[in-house]
Amino acid sequence: MTDLTLSSRLGALPYDPAPESATLAHLRQSYGLFVNGEFTAPESHEQFASLNPATEEPLASVAMASPLDVDRAVVAARRAYDKVWSKTTGTERAKYLFRIARLIQERARELAVVETLDNGKPIRESRDVDVPLAAAHFFYYAGWADKLEHAGFGPNPRPVGVAGQIIPWNFPLLMAAWKLAPALAAGNTCVLKPAETTPLSALVLAEILQQADLPEGVVNIVTGDGTTGAALVDHPGVDKIAFTGSTDVGRLIQERAGSAKRLTLELGGKGANIVFEDAPIDEVVEGIIDGIFFNQGHVCCAGSRLLVQESVADEVLRRLLRRVDQLRVGDPLDKNTDVGAINSSAQLDRIRELTSWGEREGATRYTSSCALPDKGYWFAPTVFADVSQSHRIAREEIFGPVLSVLTFRTPEEAVAKANNSKYGLACGVWSEKGSRTLWVAQRLRAGVIWANTYNKFDPTSPFGGVRESGFGREGGRHGLEAYLDV
Amino acid sequence: MSERLDVKKTYKLLVNGAFPRSESGRSYPVMSAGGDFLANVAQGSRKDLRDAVVAARSAQSKWWAASAYNRGQVLYRWAEMAESRGAELAEHVRVAEGLAAKDARASVARAIDRLVWYAGWTDKVAQVLGGANPVAGPFFNFSLPAPSGVVAVVADQDSSLEGFVECVAAPICVGNAVVAIASERRPTPAITLAEMTVTSDLPAGVLNVVSGVTSELAPHLVVHEDVDGVDLTGAGAAGDDLARRAAASIKRVYRPRDDENPLRRLRSFVETSTVWHTIGQ
Repeated sequence: MTDLTLSSRLGALPYDPAPESATLAHLRQSYGLFVNGEFTAPESHEQFASLNPATEEPLASVAMASPLDVDRAVVAARRAYDKVWSKTTGTERAKYLFRIARLIQERARELAVVETLDNGKPIRESRDVDVPLAAAHFFYYAGWADKLEHAGFGPNPRPVGVAGQIIPWNFPLLMAAWKLAPALAAGNTCVLKPAETTPLSALVLAEILQQADLPEGVVNIVTGDGTTGAALVDHPGVDKIAFTGSTDVGRLIQERAGSAKRLTLELGGKGANIVFEDAPIDEVVEGIIDGIFFNQGHVCCAGSRLLVQESVADEVLRRLLRRVDQLRVGDPLDKNTDVGAINSSAQLDRIRELTSWGEREGATRYTSSCALPDKGYWFAPTVFADVSQSHRIAREEIFGPVLSVLTFRTPEEAVAKANNSKYGLACGVWSEKGSRTLWVAQRLRAGVIWANTYNKFDPTSPFGGVRESGFGREGGRHGLEAYLDV
Repeated sequence: MSERLDVKKTYKLLVNGAFPRSESGRSYPVMSAGGDFLANVAQGSRKDLRDAVVAARSAQSKWWAASAYNRGQVLYRWAEMAESRGAELAEHVRVAEGLAAKDARASVARAIDRLVWYAGWTDKVAQVLGGANPVAGPFFNFSLPAPSGVVAVVADQDSSLEGFVECVAAPICVGNAVVAIASERRPTPAITLAEMTVTSDLPAGVLNVVSGVTSELAPHLVVHEDVDGVDLTGAGAAGDDLARRAAASIKRVYRPRDDENPLRRLRSFVETSTVWHTIGQ
């Protein structure tokens, strides 16, 4: 109890605001569609606003791409593929990608502010994670462009052609990098469709592609909503679809794409974070926090199900709740902020809906006592204890700062509970005993397993799921396969 | 001297290491390529498929838990069995496909050689498809292939033995369990080869073969929630529709291409599992 008193006193210490300046974003008032190397007006001249979810105020107006605009972009990508990119040597493609990586680094601060304004994520994360990793992805895949014959897919791997890429709103710039870098390295041209609520960093990236003198049409960026994405999926001139987003939309895309197009899907998850009794609890608590509250829990691989061994469950939960109470929720531009704004009102509604089910089905709810700003979309960090496997909050992806805590007794039970999900994206295992960790890792049905860490990403490390979390990998040598005709 | 009467064989399903008739009690006549009656073959049903999927799910974890070395030996054993009954298989292929005896023997030889090829893959897949990833941080990071789980196979309709081997040996060698729908018109070579798994130490349920009417069976199998991947080699014109149905639970779908990369079948039903482990004192 002494600890609790001390910590609550520490937690109550005021921080002076340390805001990054929003003006660093240098946003334009209005953006067109990036087609064939230049920003162009959509045929309908329809624009929509991208909001700052922390203030609900519009940041910029972006173009709504119709199926006709998508067609224009696909035609540009096809022309660029036939006339330019398929004839550009790997060495030259590599140098374009290295250039893009450098330009991202040069404009890192601006990109971080844009990302935080548009998405609502803390500047600490966009600055230290999203933007550096985006640059790193271009650096990594740049080096592959002239080494594809050594990548293990046969002596002369060919590109697929025109890739349609649909990305989510949780890591807008990083997902654009994950999609574009391997596609370009492998020799494809791209039509990228950013998420409706977070189009801005991709449009800054379009400026960067101009600065890099990337040949026109090699990358086209069409902003819009679900109808834009559907037009891209249905377009007969697209050879490959790469999608990151929800399992429900992924299912529709797989149905529509049939087998006429190559397809890779990075979908939802309900990651189990498994804590054994011998794990160092302080590190575990930080790992649990990173696992579920990183990026407001808007992470497909979030560790949203905590499976803790019964013998230490009370202790872990006690320390976890104390830590949750200390998370600083608020202005995403403030460098001290831990948890930012929920990306949209629609997402906030979904989080509220599912958490209300948590209480309705009998779980015990703990909500952080943090104050929430009046304007904007906010959800206080929340932990549910006494959760059983049949509860909706244990089965469905909430995609928000909400953790469900379950317990187990034996490693077998931990594995069985972790695998009791239609998803299979990521899991965490916390134990000092390496043999047990690897035993568990071997049995988990998941594409990524973090042992004594969570939510780590690297361009060299393949990422992706099994079962209804999708198929295909992004990152590493494996990530090339999605963009090669092999 | 009366002539000895042949003992005719009844062709049944292979489910969980046993040879049931279809639970439906149905059978259908199978003809030779020349149009002569060959046999009444069990006509499997949706229920037979469900039983087969249950068997496959249960067998898969056992099969994957075996060492890669052991899995290779089991598959090689299967090849040995096939070789020792090569003449019998060749006769089946000859009659089913209407080949000259010499060509049928050559086809069987190629099929057996492919089994041996796949037997040799079991303990190389991890090295060829896996790897270590040099992440920027204090982590040991490695990617390992893991089987998708239960793979449904709509086997090649024309190539009754070679095609069948290709469809089932690839997923099995990387640790999957298979439920295969045999060629509708030419099922007997596949059924005969599958029988040999029972004397090859292949755990019961790793390979299940259901004969019957493909257009009746396949739509059920590709939407089964406990099937992880689908090979539509023998689906023909129905392939597009079956591929769409398989999307309901985000299954991996394999369809053959003209310019086939020899490893694509292997890769199609392999998942990459990446483990990050901290490095520290």
